[in-house]
Amino acid sequence: MNAVISQLPPLLIVVPILGALLALLLGKWKRSFAYPITLAMIGFQFAVSLVLMESVMDGEVIHYYLGGWPPPLGIELVIDSFNSFVLVVILALALLTAVWAREGADLDIVPEKRVSFFVVFQLLVTGLCGMAVTGDLFNLYVFLEISSIAAYTLVAAGRNPRSLIAGFNYLILGSIAAGFIVLGIGYLYIATGTLNMGELAVMLPAHYGQATVYAAFLFMMIGFSIKVAFFPLHLWLPDAYTEAPAAVTILIATATSKVTAYAMLRVIFSVFTLQYVTESFPVTELVLIIAAVAIIAGAVLAIAQDNLKRMLAYSSISQMGYIMFALGVANQAALAGGILHIMAHAVMKGCLFMVAGMIIYRTGFTAIRQLSGLSRRMPVACAAFALAGASMIGIPPTIGFMSKYYLVLGAVEAGEYLAAAVLLAGSLLAAVYIWKVIEVMYFGDVHDEDLGGGLEAPVSMMVPVIILAASCLLLGIFVELPLEVVGPAAAMLLGGG
Amino acid sequence: MENLLAFIATRYIYIMTIILMMIGLYALIAKKNLVKKVIGLNIFQTAIFLFYISFSDVDGGTAPIFLPDGVSATYVNPIPHVLILTAIVVGLAITAVALAIVVGIYEEYQVTGEDGLQEVMKRQ
Amino acid sequence: MIPGILPLLAITIPLAAAALIIATGRHMNLRDSVTLGAAASMVVVVLAMLPEILAGGRIGITLVPLLPGGDLALRVDALGMIFGLVASVLWLLNSLYSIGYMRALKEHDQTRFYFCFAIAIAAAIGIAFSANLVTLYVFYEVLTLITYPLVVHVGTPEAMQAGRKYLAYLLGGGICLLAATILTYTLTGTTEFIPGGFLAGAGAAALSLQVIFLLYLGGFVKAAWMPFHAWLPAAMVAPTPVSAFLHAVAVVTAGVFGVVRVAGWVYGVDLMADLGLGVLLAVIASFTIITASLFALAQDNLKRRLAYSTVAQLSYILLGVSMLSTAGLTGAVIHIPFHAFQKIALFFCAGAVIVGAGRENISDMKGIGRKMPVTAVMCAAAAAGICGLPPFCGLVSKVYLSIGAVQAGELALLGVIIVSAVLNVAYFFPIIHTMIIARPSDDRALDTVTEAPLIMLVPIILAVTASVAFFFFPAVPFLDLAEIAIADMSGAGLP
Repeated sequence: MNAVISQLPPLLIVVPILGALLALLLGKWKRSFAYPITLAMIGFQFAVSLVLMESVMDGEVIHYYLGGWPPPLGIELVIDSFNSFVLVVILALALLTAVWAREGADLDIVPEKRVSFFVVFQLLVTGLCGMAVTGDLFNLYVFLEISSIAAYTLVAAGRNPRSLIAGFNYLILGSIAAGFIVLGIGYLYIATGTLNMGELAVMLPAHYGQATVYAAFLFMMIGFSIKVAFFPLHLWLPDAYTEAPAAVTILIATATSKVTAYAMLRVIFSVFTLQYVTESFPVTELVLIIAAVAIIAGAVLAIAQDNLKRMLAYSSISQMGYIMFALGVANQAALAGGILHIMAHAVMKGCLFMVAGMIIYRTGFTAIRQLSGLSRRMPVACAAFALAGASMIGIPPTIGFMSKYYLVLGAVEAGEYLAAAVLLAGSLLAAVYIWKVIEVMYFGDVHDEDLGGGLEAPVSMMVPVIILAASCLLLGIFVELPLEVVGPAAAMLLGGG
Repeated sequence: MENLLAFIATRYIYIMTIILMMIGLYALIAKKNLVKKVIGLNIFQTAIFLFYISFSDVDGGTAPIFLPDGVSATYVNPIPHVLILTAIVVGLAITAVALAIVVGIYEEYQVTGEDGLQEVMKRQ
Repeated sequence: MIPGILPLLAITIPLAAAALIIATGRHMNLRDSVTLGAAASMVVVVLAMLPEILAGGRIGITLVPLLPGGDLALRVDALGMIFGLVASVLWLLNSLYSIGYMRALKEHDQTRFYFCFAIAIAAAIGIAFSANLVTLYVFYEVLTLITYPLVVHVGTPEAMQAGRKYLAYLLGGGICLLAATILTYTLTGTTEFIPGGFLAGAGAAALSLQVIFLLYLGGFVKAAWMPFHAWLPAAMVAPTPVSAFLHAVAVVTAGVFGVVRVAGWVYGVDLMADLGLGVLLAVIASFTIITASLFALAQDNLKRRLAYSTVAQLSYILLGVSMLSTAGLTGAVIHIPFHAFQKIALFFCAGAVIVGAGRENISDMKGIGRKMPVTAVMCAAAAAGICGLPPFCGLVSKVYLSIGAVQAGELALLGVIIVSAVLNVAYFFPIIHTMIIARPSDDRALDTVTEAPLIMLVPIILAVTASVAFFFFPAVPFLDLAEIAIADMSGAGLP
């Protein structure tokens, strides 16, 4: 059985490419084929990722050499507890988004472009999976760009003409970021002569004091920070999330941002190793301060918004600050909290953006004050929003609370009391912007009586929402289960795995 | 002074790369016309490609093609060339998408400059 | 400690009821009988555990491993049993009362009301039976959130404003509690409640322990100690059953319960004395008692006057804890149930006046006693109990508190108790006078006034009867439970 499992990693990349091709060809023939093919391919990938996670849970690592060429000649795919966890999360979200997009895509994508939408969707998933499984730095850059280009295209694909501008800005900033990243990779190659992540980790310590390595680290950090929308390099994010088609926003807010955060953590901990960031080039304090600012600034800006999707976008900036917070503290508890938050935020934000999309689909309302009294017409959607929102605030026993607990625990254990206080204050601010929406939804007078009652969205959009909302609660209560994977993952990162 | 000249003489390629990169970034940020921004992006990316290729050069190296058996030689490092081929393709794809978006913006708003774009967006 | 399913049952019954309430929402009678049935079965379950606890045992069950610091675990001991009994018995009374109140006033969104109530009870029982700080925190926050829809039930702009204030105070308190829990965990590696406390062995500096206690106090802002009490009068915009139960009994009792738990089972009486925390508590409690009583004098709205009275009465419990003496602690612990029964009777009467006469302000209630005799008499009885007059149980707890003050050598606290007793009479007597003795200026004003429906009167009479019964038989079961609880808290070394 092991022989079969060790051959599985490249499937994660090949299957979606094949799926994209199939969807394109068959879709030209009959438009309705695009969706089932996408669903089948992503579903298959999700199953594969579950099998892979199960087999690496006990600490085993799967290495796959593309073409049989061992490194440093060839490109290597590596599956360990950290990236298998991330893979499961993003493929689950991609699957649920695909299901949601069956009807949800019609909101923003003209029917003629539906096939193209699903094709590029699969290409985006290709890029994301590739980023998650690769063990080679330049390969990481290539897949990063594949996913980014697909993302730029999808963001610009909406009916709303402003989505073109949002996509263009995203493209410009994202390409600058990619340029910096590839520059950093070049510097690392100059210093060591290898691009393989495992070998770099071994060879770099000898070069720690060199300016080349400093430059590489800086360029890559800045590049990744732009991609992750780490405050204050977040400027592309609010417009991109707000103006993109709803189905696209869900995918990039959950999957893309998470994998990019994963890539950043991977490069910092597995290539540069913890020792570098704490001793040779101590940036952890700085990162902690910026993360704290990000948490507060994102939340404050979110409170000021009237457009629902824009508020959720600023909330995402605040939440990415939590993951950077884990980087800034860099101990076992905080990293476990950060990795757990990768999953928690993907689930919570996915649910929230899906509900926002459903509301626009049924009512066309985009502003928060228009949601007045919505709970009487869309009770299930509003209940899901309330549950996911409670998780964002960090109410126990939801998963949002669990990840926050670990982050605060990590901060206190490291003696960073002020940072812990900031984190707690952040959840109070989150309560303000989430509660604003819940108050309006449940206790406001019904807005625009003409629309009538009973506006619940179609089943294919409801099912993913309910699954995600229930997961917020269930994953929180049974948090031991994800922790079985996350705990060893965090330990491995700290040990420089 | 000699030190400076020696510095430039040995590292002129890096200086040129940096200058090109700055030109590209300047165009990207300061130019209002969207097409000019895309050109700036291309210049920026080209500068990075030049940088990569510059460090693949080995003193006294020859083209990285195996010579007949028995003849040994120092080869120029082919790997950065390979990497850059990939990066050029990536850059191509980005340019294509960017220009497609610019065309879309033009069709929608009849402007390609940011000045006009801001006004138009306010009008919306 | 025996492992048992009963504590889990006590929580799942109201949760299952909540689900059933949603399901039967359209059928009013079915839905209301779900509430009553669940309340009755919960009383049975809690009483079933009583013999074991009275014998000195404990019943516990670990549910899910949750976080470093504590699993989601329940443990029923004497203190928890006191709160548990109060919550379950008064839920039954309150459910009966709510049905009458909501139907009489034809309130809207009744299904949401009963749903939130059921989950709130589950959370309150969870707090009562929690085995460690993490479990306490989980249920604490759930209680905050689920009582919000109850507070803003009427949906008017004032109600929403009050709701925001409510959430701001209580969520802020929750953050303080979380901080305190995590700090406790990092100091000692555990958050399990141990009789006699476990912080003393941590080897931490006195200042950090004092700061952590302040954080705990901040966390237990549900105890409405001044100056962070403002959420309680604001929450009086809620329908009367909500005010009666949650804000005279469940939510506020959870607050003082938390303080007692932390004082006895996390810090321990000796550590509290060493750190001077008794003095801190005494100052806060005394300030609250006197100031709140003075505020109560100024209120014309009956529910607001009762709210400020609650604020003062809760600080009696904090005062008792601060004495750190056997009698003082006993007085504090038995004041929890005794105050609950009396205060809920008073709030029930206030609601009865709203239903029967449509009046909320005391000045409008002149001579109401002629048309609503039962309500007025019960109101007088309950008020007398709060003031500490026989034959009501309020006297018992007051006596213990006074003895405790003397035992601890804190005669200033005895002075506070006496002064506040005078103030109690000062703000209750006018109510009784207005209702029973005064005559309305306009004889026609009482024409529309009728006695409240029977289904509302029965809980009032039962509550007052109970408080009389507790006067004559205080040991059953509260004094006995209190003795076991105090023994847990202190062990040895109390004056």
